[in-house]
Amino acid sequence: MTQKTFTVTAETGIHARPATILVQNASKFDSDIQLEYKGKKVNLKSIMGVMSLGVGKDAEITIYADGSDEEEALASLEETLKNEGLA
Amino acid sequence: MSSVLKGIAASSGIAIAKAYRLVEPDLSFEQTKVEHADQEVQRFQDALQTSKNELEVIRDRARTELGEDKAQIFEAHLLVLSDPELISPIEDKINQEHVNAEAALKETADMFVTMFEQMDNEYMKERAADIRDVTKRVLSHLLGVKVLNPSMISEEVVVIAEDLTPSDTAQLNREFVKGFTTNIGGRTSHSAIMARSMEIPAVVGTKEATVTIENGDMVIVDGLNGEVHVNPTDELISQYEKKAADFADQKAEWAKLVDEKTVTADGRHVELAANIGTPGDLEGVTNNGGEAIGLYRTEFLYMGRTELPSEAEQFESYKAVLEGMKGKPVVVRTLDIGGDKELPYLNLPEEMNPFLGFRAIRLCLEETDLFRTQLRALLRASTYGNLKVMFPMISNLDEFRSAKALLLEVKEELIQEGVEVSDSIEVGIMVEIPSTAVMADQFAKEVDFFSIGTNDLIQYTMAADRMNERVSYLYQPYNPAILRLIKMVIDASHKEGKWTGMCGEMAGDEIAIPILLGLGLDEFSMSATSILPARTQIKQLSDDKMKALAEHVLTLGTNDEVIEAVKKEINL
Repeated sequence: MTQKTFTVTAETGIHARPATILVQNASKFDSDIQLEYKGKKVNLKSIMGVMSLGVGKDAEITIYADGSDEEEALASLEETLKNEGLA
Repeated sequence: MSSVLKGIAASSGIAIAKAYRLVEPDLSFEQTKVEHADQEVQRFQDALQTSKNELEVIRDRARTELGEDKAQIFEAHLLVLSDPELISPIEDKINQEHVNAEAALKETADMFVTMFEQMDNEYMKERAADIRDVTKRVLSHLLGVKVLNPSMISEEVVVIAEDLTPSDTAQLNREFVKGFTTNIGGRTSHSAIMARSMEIPAVVGTKEATVTIENGDMVIVDGLNGEVHVNPTDELISQYEKKAADFADQKAEWAKLVDEKTVTADGRHVELAANIGTPGDLEGVTNNGGEAIGLYRTEFLYMGRTELPSEAEQFESYKAVLEGMKGKPVVVRTLDIGGDKELPYLNLPEEMNPFLGFRAIRLCLEETDLFRTQLRALLRASTYGNLKVMFPMISNLDEFRSAKALLLEVKEELIQEGVEVSDSIEVGIMVEIPSTAVMADQFAKEVDFFSIGTNDLIQYTMAADRMNERVSYLYQPYNPAILRLIKMVIDASHKEGKWTGMCGEMAGDEIAIPILLGLGLDEFSMSATSILPARTQIKQLSDDKMKALAEHVLTLGTNDEVIEAVKKEINL
C-alpha cells in the first residue's frame, strides 16, 4: 500500500469541479483508493463520498492506494491536485 | 377567462404561445419481494445504463449549446450514477433482502439526500437536489414511466412547471420552447440563471402557475415586467406581439455593442456600469457588456436571515464579485439598512420617520462591530480585483472622516495580522442628501469619487416621501433644482481631478442621459439590461451638443419644461 499526505491550499477546499476531476481520475485505476480527512476515510472513486467530507482550506488529507497500479495512481492524483491548484 | 399572474422577471423578453405543462410524472411504487435477485440486479443495471446514455446526450447538447460550465453539471450527474458508494449498496440490498430495485434505489438515494441536506453548507445542500434529479431519472426507467422530454416538443410552447431542474432546462428545445414560468424560484435560482444564459424569457416564483394554467391555454410570458397573462384578449395579444417584435429588433441592435466602449458621437468615453445585489448577478453584467460595477448593494447579504453574516461569508461574496469582474472597477456600497429596508434581528426601535432616521452610515458609525466586520471582509477581498469602497447617506464631512478613519484603522489591523491589502482602493461617498451636494466642493478635496443616488436625492430635495402615492407627483427627476445639484457635484469633483458617477434609476433613463452627458457625468450605473440601450443612445449623441442642451435646461423653470426641451433636441 502507498500513501501520501497533502495540505489543501485552495480557498474553496475540494468542491465541485475539482472533486469531479479527482474522482474521474481515481476511477481510471484498478487499485483501491481512499481519501482520509479528520480520521474519516472514503472511497476516492465516489463523488458523494468525497463531497461528504467537506474538505476545506488548510485541511490535511491523506490518499491511500492499494493494488497493482498503486504507485502510478498516487503519482497521477498528486499531479491532479497540483494542476487544479488544490494542494 | 383571462387572468394575470405576478412573479419575478427572471429572464427578459416576451413569449406568446400555448401552455405545455411539464409536471412531474407519477413515480410511486410498492415495495415488493423478488424471487430472482440476479434478474432484478440486471433490471437495475439496464435502467442505470439507459439513464447514463440519456445524460451523455444531454451533456453533449449542453456543452455545444450552453458552454462547458453547464456541461459540468451533467458530468457530475453522470459521476453520481457511476458512484460505487451509491450503486453497490443498492445491488447488495437487492441481493441480500430480495427487494425490488425501485425500493433499493429509493431507500439508498434518500439516505444520501438526507445526509447532504443536513450539511451546513449551501453548496452541499444543492447537491441533494442533484442526487434527487438523477435517481428520479433511473426510477422512471425502472417503472417504465415515460420521462417527460421537453426536447421532443414539436410546436411552439410556453413551459409551465413547479420548478425546472438543471436537466429539464438543458433539454428545453429552444426552437419550440418560447419561454417558461414556474411556481417557485427567484432571480438567482438555478432555473432563472439557466433561462438567462439560454435567453428564453422567464417569469419565476408565480406561486400558482401549475394550478391556474391548463395545457393548451394561451399564455403571454412578460419577462420584462414579471407578468404572465393567461388566455389574454386578442387586443392584448396584438399589443404584446408588437412589444415582442420591437424587443427582438432592439436586442439584435444592442447585441452588436456588447464588446464596444461607450463613446459619444464626438468621441468622449463614459463608463456604463451595472448595479448588482449578489455575485449571481455578474453573468448578466457580462452578457450586457457592463464596463464596471457601479453599485454593489451589500444589504442583500444581511437580509432574509436571522443573524449577521460572518466575515468569512462576506469575504467570499466580495471576492467572487471582484474576481468575476477581472480587474474592472467594482464600487461596493457599505451596509445601507434602515428606511424601507429592515433587519429584524438588529432589534432597532420603530421610528416615526425612518427615511430621516437612524439608517445606513449613521447606524454603522454607532454599531462599529458590525461595520468593522464588513470593512475587514472588504479589505481582505481587495487584492482580488479593483475595489472601490463607498459610504451611503453621508450628510456632513465629519461622517465621512469618521468612516474613513475606521477603514484605515481596520486596514492597519489587517496589515499587523499579516493580511495583504490592496494599496489602491478608492474611497468615495453616495451623494443623496442635499447638504452634501451643496458642500461638494469641500468633500471633493477628501473623497476619491462621488456617486449620486438620485432616488433619495430627489425625495430629500423635494421633501416628498417616495413611498407615499399622494405626493408621487413631486418625484421630479428633471426638476432644475435636482439638475443644478447634480451639476454642483460633477463640477466640484472635476475641479479636484476626481470623478462622479450616478447609481440611481435616472442613470439609465433616456431623457436624463442626454442632460447627464452634457453635465459631464463620468460613470452611469444601472440595471444590467439597461446598459446596451443606453450605449446605443449615447453613441448617437454629441457631447458638445449635449453640453449646450444641459446649459439650456438649467435655465428652465419646471420638470415638464425640461422634458420637452430634451425631447425636442433628441427627437424622441
